[in-house]
Amino acid sequence: MEHGTINLTLKVWKQQNSQEKGRFETYPVKGISQEMSFLEMFDVLNEQLIRDGKEPIAFDHDCREGICGMCSMYIDGKPHGPWNANTVCQLHMRAYKDGDTIVVEPWRANAFPVIKDLMVDRSAFDRIIQAGGYISVNTGNAVDANSLPVEKKNADSAFAAAACIGCGACVAACKNSSAMLFLSAKVSHLALLPQGEPERRTRVLNMVAQMDKEGFGACTNTGACEAVCPKEISISNIARLNAEYISAGLVSEG
Amino acid sequence: MQWSEFFTSSVGKKFVMGLTGLFLIAFLVVHVGINACIFADLPIFNENDNGAMFNKAAHFMGSTVLIRIMEIGLFIGFIIHIVQGYVLEVRNRASRGIGYEVKMGNKGSKWYSRSMGLLGTIILLFLVLHLGHFWVKARFTHEIMPVTYNGVEMHDMFMEMQMVFMEPWVVVVYVLGCFSLAYHLAHGFQSAFKTIGVHNKKYSLMITSLGYGFAILVPLVFALMPIAMYFQWVK
Repeated sequence: MEHGTINLTLKVWKQQNSQEKGRFETYPVKGISQEMSFLEMFDVLNEQLIRDGKEPIAFDHDCREGICGMCSMYIDGKPHGPWNANTVCQLHMRAYKDGDTIVVEPWRANAFPVIKDLMVDRSAFDRIIQAGGYISVNTGNAVDANSLPVEKKNADSAFAAAACIGCGACVAACKNSSAMLFLSAKVSHLALLPQGEPERRTRVLNMVAQMDKEGFGACTNTGACEAVCPKEISISNIARLNAEYISAGLVSEG
Repeated sequence: MQWSEFFTSSVGKKFVMGLTGLFLIAFLVVHVGINACIFADLPIFNENDNGAMFNKAAHFMGSTVLIRIMEIGLFIGFIIHIVQGYVLEVRNRASRGIGYEVKMGNKGSKWYSRSMGLLGTIILLFLVLHLGHFWVKARFTHEIMPVTYNGVEMHDMFMEMQMVFMEPWVVVVYVLGCFSLAYHLAHGFQSAFKTIGVHNKKYSLMITSLGYGFAILVPLVFALMPIAMYFQWVK
């Protein structure tokens, strides 16, 4: 595609804090290089706003290499914008044409309250992880890598699930604001490995309980989460989570 | 873990939806099978059947204690599926206080997967009408004419169907009900298996294909019944 500079109109959600009501603000942005990332375009706009004595737009970002999961922007009706398996920092302006209008909103879910503008509080995910998304190990020497054999197929599935970066796009896309794709990735990752075995039962029970407490909705298997996941986490993990939960809740003793 | 904890969790509630859904799917197989007996009157089978095969099958369904007990179970299944469905729908809708300016629409999900509450409501309204047309008349108000085969007197349900489906609006409502059922099943059949924990890739393609087949075939056969009656393909 031909590279050049483009002029755009941005319609961005502005909200002072979690208590106040927000509104959309329209900003013209000029001379944007198509080689910039979407976040760099925001940097250019914010620099301009600061120069004009206006308040810049607050947005979350950290690594800018597609692995931190901070850039919670819902762009033109899709979390992380138009490209597939992508984060906003990896979305480049070549995706747009001169004269386009782009609508940018924060994640919408009661469990993810807006902190300011496009920044949302995703600490609900941290609390779900704290409820059981870990393995307890004694300190000491690192165990030899080959001392615990893991079947290749399970190792691959666990690794694919572990790729979840906890960005919350699944919640943002789901009509129920369900966190099941995130939770299922975390549960599957450990349930498939021998290291996760001792806490397998309590992990899934406690993590689901915490998810419900945080106010996420239930899963109705629409598949919207899988379609927007930047790490292409498979929805089959949700069915595995259901099996883990049913087994722990109804079959296991105690 | 306590039973109450399991069944009040989001996963537990969905588990109940999936199980009752599969139970109702099993009921549909029986229902469509017995009602398809009306097609025995088609010229290619036996033009002189005049609904006898269907009437006898319907009579059998009401003649044993076992089926009467199963009927109670069926109503319980329906009620749990309906009430639980609304409980989940309300909770799920409430989990997003402020909606999006630009809706995601069909990017990543099918409209019918997102509209199970609406489709279910249409089916529920249809069900009320449907029970009024046949079940209430057969069981309570006894408005159905008798017919005798080999000395056994029974309800002439075939004639009742012919009378009900003389009205064009009834035929249209029934066909619309079947469309809602088809889309409800297109999502519900495969989703129910995922919800009860089937994640083996070996079976998922099979279940999805079977689900689409079921969602097309069963409502199609159901829809053909009022149409066949209205156009007097069977009489």
